[in-house]
Amino acid sequence: MLSRVADSIYWMNRYIERAENYARFMDVNFNLSLELPPHVNEQWKPLILTTGDGELFESLYENAEKKKVIYFLGFDDQNPNSIYSSIVNARSNARHIRPEITKEVWEQINKLYYFVKDGREKKVWQKKDPRAYFTEIKTGCQLLYGIFDATISRTDGWHFGKIGQLIERADKTSRVLDVKYHILLPNTEAVGSPIDLVQWAALLKSVSAIDMYRKQYGKLSPSDISEFLMLNKAFPRSVLSCLMHAEQSLHTITGSPEGYTNLAEKKLGLLKSQLEYTDIYEIFKIGLHEYLDDFQIKLNDVSTAIFETFFSIENIINNS
Amino acid sequence: MSKINFDSYEQNGFFDEMFGANNGIKKHYKLFSERLQKMGWRKLNFLQHSTDRAQLSTGMTFNVYSDNQGIERILHLDIIPRIIPTKDWEILERGLKQRIEALNLFIHDIYNEQKILKDKIIPAELVFSSTTYLPQCKGLKPPNKVWCHITGTDIIRGEDGNFYVLEDNLRCPSGVSYMLENREILKRTFPELFEKLRVNPVSNYTHHLRDMLESLSPVTPATIAVLTPGIYNSAYFEHAYLAQQMGAELVEGRDLVVKNDLVYMVTTKGLQRVDVIYRRVDDSYLDPTTFKKDSLLGTPGLFKAYQQGNVVLVNAPGTGVADDKAIYAYVPRIIKYYLNEEAIIPNVKTYLCDEPEDFNYVINNIPNLVIKQTDASGGYGMLIGPKSTKKEQEEFAEKIKKNPRNYIAQPVINLSRVPTLNEGTIEGRHVDLRPYVLYGKEIKIIPGALTRVALKKDSLIVNSSQGGGSKDTWVLDNQ
Repeated sequence: MLSRVADSIYWMNRYIERAENYARFMDVNFNLSLELPPHVNEQWKPLILTTGDGELFESLYENAEKKKVIYFLGFDDQNPNSIYSSIVNARSNARHIRPEITKEVWEQINKLYYFVKDGREKKVWQKKDPRAYFTEIKTGCQLLYGIFDATISRTDGWHFGKIGQLIERADKTSRVLDVKYHILLPNTEAVGSPIDLVQWAALLKSVSAIDMYRKQYGKLSPSDISEFLMLNKAFPRSVLSCLMHAEQSLHTITGSPEGYTNLAEKKLGLLKSQLEYTDIYEIFKIGLHEYLDDFQIKLNDVSTAIFETFFSIENIINNS
Repeated sequence: MSKINFDSYEQNGFFDEMFGANNGIKKHYKLFSERLQKMGWRKLNFLQHSTDRAQLSTGMTFNVYSDNQGIERILHLDIIPRIIPTKDWEILERGLKQRIEALNLFIHDIYNEQKILKDKIIPAELVFSSTTYLPQCKGLKPPNKVWCHITGTDIIRGEDGNFYVLEDNLRCPSGVSYMLENREILKRTFPELFEKLRVNPVSNYTHHLRDMLESLSPVTPATIAVLTPGIYNSAYFEHAYLAQQMGAELVEGRDLVVKNDLVYMVTTKGLQRVDVIYRRVDDSYLDPTTFKKDSLLGTPGLFKAYQQGNVVLVNAPGTGVADDKAIYAYVPRIIKYYLNEEAIIPNVKTYLCDEPEDFNYVINNIPNLVIKQTDASGGYGMLIGPKSTKKEQEEFAEKIKKNPRNYIAQPVINLSRVPTLNEGTIEGRHVDLRPYVLYGKEIKIIPGALTRVALKKDSLIVNSSQGGGSKDTWVLDNQ
């Protein structure tokens, strides 16, 4: 398939996954703000830190007040990663590759586009309770995953799309886990307290993991939650599971069953193995925050290697 | 619920496609009119409204050049169809076949033996001074000697009820996707009418298009690509639509690379050879090493690969010479010269400002004429005399005096009208007709067309860039 097209499918799916994650984050944080004891302040800043766009936010707004954060993450066209920007970008990519996707996929993306455009025009962030709006985005994206899987042939295009989605998902899950590092507790005694547990539960909800987690572990504990979100092989949003499936798609594209034949396979394989052959105690020894920081850098490297190997027109012409 | 009736419909002396004398309904519109009267206004308005929504959700949008990126509009589809009776279509079909055959012979002749110039049927300097004449094409012999593979001829019907050819559009005519999608929408709007009226289907157009493209290459299966300038082009929706319907690759100039005069696409598995390119990029932007040096849309080396016969370009570069508006005036003579036949569909009377007698007439009659720039299209670079201001007329007079070769003039033709929905009323609006002609091994005309309609009251300009909309066109099959 055309390199430009593969690049667009990859990014189309990344942007949709990003929009869905942001919508979930907002919904969860909104819920969290309603569950706090009276003397604890609402926390919207950690949400921005989760997305990695703290600097941009600070350059645009003075304080992390609720409405501003909702606007910034949901509707701001100055934020290239906001839900609005993500959907606009996903649609632009979809337009580029219109002949590669089905009418059903295109129409669903188009529908989402008009929905966010409309939401921006109606200034949804000023609403007292914008949760219904974000739920709609979330289900709209999930519907799209379903349509994508149910109507697109499992050829290279589908696999590149899948890789984009999984890398984005691994990135977001790892960032959500890291957010606990930024959420402030009233004091040190609060560790393990009801409010601490409420926060951990919220964290699980923000990656739609609470139900599956409870089935497996029953009780909430920081190390179990971290293990579940990082290293579980069966849960579809855990970081390791995302990398395993991305690797499978990559091998399907190149036709090599194992090992590596190019830089993308090498980098992804290494990163996956690093997670596969560790446990949560080792990670905690290094420090969860430090470990996640390092992981995110390596995940970026994987993304760059995929670009260099498959999408860079310059590279491909020079190598043939 | 109020009933629909046509008692107060005004024809204003124009030729109406639906109504005859005393507002009598023409035979081919009888069933349609009965259906309208049965449904009432509420239902009709509802159907029109759903059409607008359907167009948005399928993404049938176009970008307007003067707008910023991101501003997309739909081409308004009016749900009252333009119906063409079988006997009219037969004339059009024969006339188009004749015209395209002759024009193709002309283009081949111009770039090869130039017999028509030697026989002094057309002044040689008129041809060579055309901005769309490409000297780089001299001596080229494309497969089957076919140059204009895809044509979208603009036809109008005058007050006298006769058809005329207005423009030939031999370069990259657009709009065919609207012909196809309009039909998909109308089939949902008036399903019962399609059952009763025998409307010729158009949906096999893309199938014929692919067959035609494949027939041009010695390679089987040929790799076919549609070349687009990209998503900001006003016709991008159509490029993507056609590529998808044909199962062809949609490529941009940057996806192609030429090595050893062979054309390749850059894919995730390396370079892959391309055999046929249906290009929707203008001649001058195809290849910066041959044409416009600053073209970012093009692929260096593409033209040489084409010259070597290593790739087929559709339409062939250089066809524009035959739709220069000054050459247009000679088409009846071109038909006579190559086929020894009279033109079945006549031209509109055309004055060439380059000829002294015509020049004087034009300069003295600008307020009564339509003035057109010979190498422009899309409703740009023209003046409609009776609808223009004194100042505009003077500006055009200056332009003509400066460069007479660049202008032609025609009498104002009052295009025929079709009833059209307008905010709760039905009024006559002027229309033209663009049928699509494919030419691979033989000439094929799909029994359908894009009908463009001037939505503004009294306007004669049907171009989408100037406030025009479209109608589905039903060609009846009465055999």
